[in-house]
Amino acid sequence: MRANLNLLCTCSLLLLAGCATEPWVKPYERANLANPIMSFNRDPVSASYLHHVYDSREGARGAGIASGGGCGCN
Amino acid sequence: MPLRRLVSLRLPGLLLVLLAAGKGAAAVLPEERADLLYHRYDGGGVKVDGPSVLVRKNLGSSVSLGLNYYVDRVTSASIDVVTTASEYTEKRTEQSVFVDYLREKTTMSLGYTRSEESDFDASTASVGISQDLFGDLTTVSIGFAYGDNDISKNGDDNFHENAKVRSYRVGLSQILTRNLVMSIAYESIIDDGYLNNPYRSVRYRDAGTSLGYAYQPEVYPDTRNSSAIALRGNYFLEQWGSAVNAGVRFYEDNWGIDAITYELGYTFPYAENWIFEASLRRHEQNEADFYSDLFPYQNAQNYLARDKELSNFTSTAFGVGASYEFGRSWSLIDRGSLNFQYDWIYFDYNDFRDLEEGGAVGEEPEYSFSAYVTRIFASFWF
Repeated sequence: MRANLNLLCTCSLLLLAGCATEPWVKPYERANLANPIMSFNRDPVSASYLHHVYDSREGARGAGIASGGGCGCN
Repeated sequence: MPLRRLVSLRLPGLLLVLLAAGKGAAAVLPEERADLLYHRYDGGGVKVDGPSVLVRKNLGSSVSLGLNYYVDRVTSASIDVVTTASEYTEKRTEQSVFVDYLREKTTMSLGYTRSEESDFDASTASVGISQDLFGDLTTVSIGFAYGDNDISKNGDDNFHENAKVRSYRVGLSQILTRNLVMSIAYESIIDDGYLNNPYRSVRYRDAGTSLGYAYQPEVYPDTRNSSAIALRGNYFLEQWGSAVNAGVRFYEDNWGIDAITYELGYTFPYAENWIFEASLRRHEQNEADFYSDLFPYQNAQNYLARDKELSNFTSTAFGVGASYEFGRSWSLIDRGSLNFQYDWIYFDYNDFRDLEEGGAVGEEPEYSFSAYVTRIFASFWF
């Protein structure tokens, strides 16, 4: 578990490292990211319900979906 | 009952996050949409169904208002119920209101949810803020939710308990390439108060009974601190015009539960109006420190649990979905969609025995069951 957390922290640092550079994906290059099928959650009510099903029947909880999932398409 | 405690905080908080995540773009208000959903769960002797209605509408150019009405109609003859009590039915209703305020690249969110059933009333307030950075390639968000739960017990007018739930969340979403977006989320949840289920029992060896075992009420600690961190990614396959998504979540708490959850999905459009999707999910967890399927004697330790959600088990799920879009030429709406989603989930317990099957005490077959989860819904954008 600890090793897994370290791996995830490393990944998050790599994500943050990307923030320090010039935006490399221009707005006009974000058509694919703007496609509805690329949304982290296309159907919020349905996804919320399914997470509720799992939260109710499993001991783990939280961080069920990464928040702030804007794609910067507009 | 512990399930309902989770529901009281998780469902509204999650819906708030999902609404924000589902907006599909940085620093814009959530989509103006209405969703009418029917949900049904059937598995392990438990049937739950009901409607969920969500309406999201902008007020001006910087405020979005959302309302959600949700119902669970429950009929339960689960393994826990049939071995220690009798089948029951009940209804839970939940109302939520969400407000988002957009100012330049900052979105502030407020939410409030009220959930009521015969023996559990829950109120949850949540607040969040997200900020787009670095040419809108990055979105950082933080959130806090506070839940106040009043627990009672049907058939016992003198039973009144309370629990507080505090949830802290931070998230980051990052565009990495023109086809890849990833996000990471961390959430810490602190429970404080009565965390038991007042109806559930543990069993212990008792040679003086005909079964060879007897029951006593569960006893849980008064606090629970948990941490979860999740990494997710969506990748657009240009050649196929489809998307693949993957995610992993690590979880641990001070009750001794460690868990890992994997998710994999594939979404592809077909013809002009169809979108199909398929998903796989795998969850693995170990048991809480104070869990046992069979304690050696009565009051064997300070804390006692035989709640199978706290046991060592795995769940494996396979899901499919189809969506048909219509109404682009209609005058009343921008567009609409009809959707069907179906998941099969297999729960396989490694230390929770099926007492209905019988056998030597402590050597009964291990329990498992399949569940079927259906969502049928219509969505309208306007």
